[in-house]
Amino acid sequence: MAGTSKRPCSPCSPCSPCSPCSPQPSSPRPSSCEMFGYVGIEAVLDQLKIKAMKTGFEFNIMVVGRSGLGKSTMVNTLFKSKVWKSSPVNKLGPLPQTLQLQSVTHTIEEKGVKLKLTVTDTPGFGDQINNDKCWDPILNYINDQYERYLQEEVLITRQHHIPDTRVHICVYFVPPTGHCLRPLDIEFLKRLCRVVNVVPVIARADSLTLEEREAFRWQIQEDLKNNGIFVYPQKCFDEDTNDKTLNDKIREKIPFAVVGADREHMVNGKCVLGRKTKWGIIEVENMAHCEFPLLRDLLIRSHMQDLKDITHNVHYENYRVHRLNESHLLTKGAGWVTLSPPTRRTSAGTSRSQRWNREDTESGC
Amino acid sequence: MAVAVGRPNNEDLRNLSLSGHVGFDSLPDQLVNKSTSQGFCFNILCVGETGIGKSTLMDTLFNTKFESDPATHNEPGVRLKARSYELQESNVRLKLTIVDTVGFGDQINKDDSYKPIVEYIDAQFEAYLQEELKIKRSLFNYHDTRIHACLYFIAPTGHSLKSLDLVTMKKLDSKVNIIPIIAKADTIAKNELHKFKSKIMSELVSNGVQIYQFPTDEETVAEINATMSVHLPFAVVGSTEEVKIGNKMAKARQYPWGVVQVENENHCDFVKLREMLIRVNMEDLREQTHTRHYELYRRCKLEEMGFKDTDPDSKPFSLQETYEAKRNEFLGELQKKEEEMRQMFVMRVKEKEAELKEAEKDLHEKFDLLKRTHQEEKKKVEDKKKELEEEVNNFQKKKAAAQLLQSQAQQAGAQQTKKDKDKKNASFT
Repeated sequence: MAGTSKRPCSPCSPCSPCSPCSPQPSSPRPSSCEMFGYVGIEAVLDQLKIKAMKTGFEFNIMVVGRSGLGKSTMVNTLFKSKVWKSSPVNKLGPLPQTLQLQSVTHTIEEKGVKLKLTVTDTPGFGDQINNDKCWDPILNYINDQYERYLQEEVLITRQHHIPDTRVHICVYFVPPTGHCLRPLDIEFLKRLCRVVNVVPVIARADSLTLEEREAFRWQIQEDLKNNGIFVYPQKCFDEDTNDKTLNDKIREKIPFAVVGADREHMVNGKCVLGRKTKWGIIEVENMAHCEFPLLRDLLIRSHMQDLKDITHNVHYENYRVHRLNESHLLTKGAGWVTLSPPTRRTSAGTSRSQRWNREDTESGC
Repeated sequence: MAVAVGRPNNEDLRNLSLSGHVGFDSLPDQLVNKSTSQGFCFNILCVGETGIGKSTLMDTLFNTKFESDPATHNEPGVRLKARSYELQESNVRLKLTIVDTVGFGDQINKDDSYKPIVEYIDAQFEAYLQEELKIKRSLFNYHDTRIHACLYFIAPTGHSLKSLDLVTMKKLDSKVNIIPIIAKADTIAKNELHKFKSKIMSELVSNGVQIYQFPTDEETVAEINATMSVHLPFAVVGSTEEVKIGNKMAKARQYPWGVVQVENENHCDFVKLREMLIRVNMEDLREQTHTRHYELYRRCKLEEMGFKDTDPDSKPFSLQETYEAKRNEFLGELQKKEEEMRQMFVMRVKEKEAELKEAEKDLHEKFDLLKRTHQEEKKKVEDKKKELEEEVNNFQKKKAAAQLLQSQAQQAGAQQTKKDKDKKNASFT
């Protein structure tokens, strides 16, 4: 099991607690009980926190986009450090003839929280003359990570903490043409949104005025809707109304128009990250200038755990189902009933991955 | 299209220094929020003889009244009864399952007393394993029924552990986290209690029973866990009744010679138990169950089924081959059984056919016999009919002849009369 994901139960399910193999009839449904005083159950939250901080967290992010869109700079800005010591591709040399994925892993720590961050870059994406099937290496890479995890999970003697290299979020950089999504973008996004959480961003947004940004954003949203591309946060995973309102606000703003910068400049006596041009300084963290704070908040401050959960509970499970079905494992339970009994529902709600698959085919979401 | 993935090994991991506040320190909070919205599961198994105070202790621990009737002492065997409750404290939802051993220690022959308990624990692991091995699984929503903590109630004899206790604990220690407690501790005096505790601990150690060790590797909890471990096994007193002590109401048991206060650490170790079980180590108990006991069960079960992790340079997904091989084996067996059944079936059919043929023959014979008798009867009847007809004919002939004669005679008579008349007439003329 993933080290940091929890395994708690669904709260409102009317379920029978005993196993099916117990000869005794089990009590039908959990009854709620009033406690007459303080017991101390809520201390479990602190225990959880302490354990999580001790094991540390993992996060894997992938950036995809044509070269020159500022992907590496964006990553550096997001994590306020030189994630890439030097640009992964020598900018002075010839462009790579093939798509090469490059990963770098760092451990960063903030206020006692340790994060093992892996960033995967894709130099050479979309740079060739013929970009047919340029998404294949990326898809293969993502599926490889799932495969690795599956192999570990399937072992007899498993590790306590299976190393999680699965890509949790793929940030797709859309060039700021101002018109609409290009065919390459659409094809790529269509394929990728099914296997991984995708967040498109408008790169180098400092070349668009605010009105142009809004128009471009609206056009992209239309394009996404018309092509059935579901980007993160996906509508079908909103658990309750709170989530829905929060995520709706985010969905309105997707794709974020971002600007990346790793140099600091003095503005009004404060030191801010920004890009200095002859006509002014674009402050990266200023909401009036660009939407970088939204991206940062989404990825790091509010939805990081959710990204990991969806990757683990939905995308990974889908991959696993697909893979196991392919290898004809556990189908046709002839004589093998002990390993794969007929689907026994233990909860009232459908699981997220089933909702995702079902709504996928209905093209709802 | 070649793909080169440059991926450094773990040794190349470097610590990066941050030049500003990134914000992922909120990650533990995000995690906690998610877990709170999903709720927690906690399952306790209480093992102890009838009447030792299991239900009362649970009521006291969780400050509530779980409905239950006291068990009788006449149970024929050990039975496990599980009940689930939903508790909520501030924003934490806990789904608590309490499993009771009904009838433990009541039988005359207690050889098999531990078996239902072990079976129940294994059954919960099995259910989880099944869910994990399914193709379409929903572990996210799964209601975890695996036992996280086993409270073993030791009777307050004051001497030592009973052999039943030792045997049962030995069987359970590799499957579940055992926390031994001395029940009804108000029947033991303080000095005896100390001796009793050390005797129990030394017996456990000498018999190799592994009870749950409170974790001492994290600084925050190491100290409290270490101090508490010294007091194992906890001598507890349970009570749901409140008695006025000073100017407060407190849970206690009232005797003529004094009042035993449940939450007074001088009187009993209840507070320690509550601290350890709930406030400090609940999460650790759950984790141990999952990472140690469940993994052990899983490994044993899978190995028993014949799987093994083959060496890394073999084909990937080695489980698949073994699965396939096993499946073929099972299919073969199934086919064999089918054949056998078919043979038996065919034989039976043959027998039945023979019987039926016999019966048919009999029937035919009977039918022939009947036919013959019928024909004979028919012939007889026809003969008789012929005779009858002949007689009738004769009779008719005779009748006709008689009638002829009669009519002739009449005619002759009439003629004669006429002749006579004529003669007479003639004579007159």
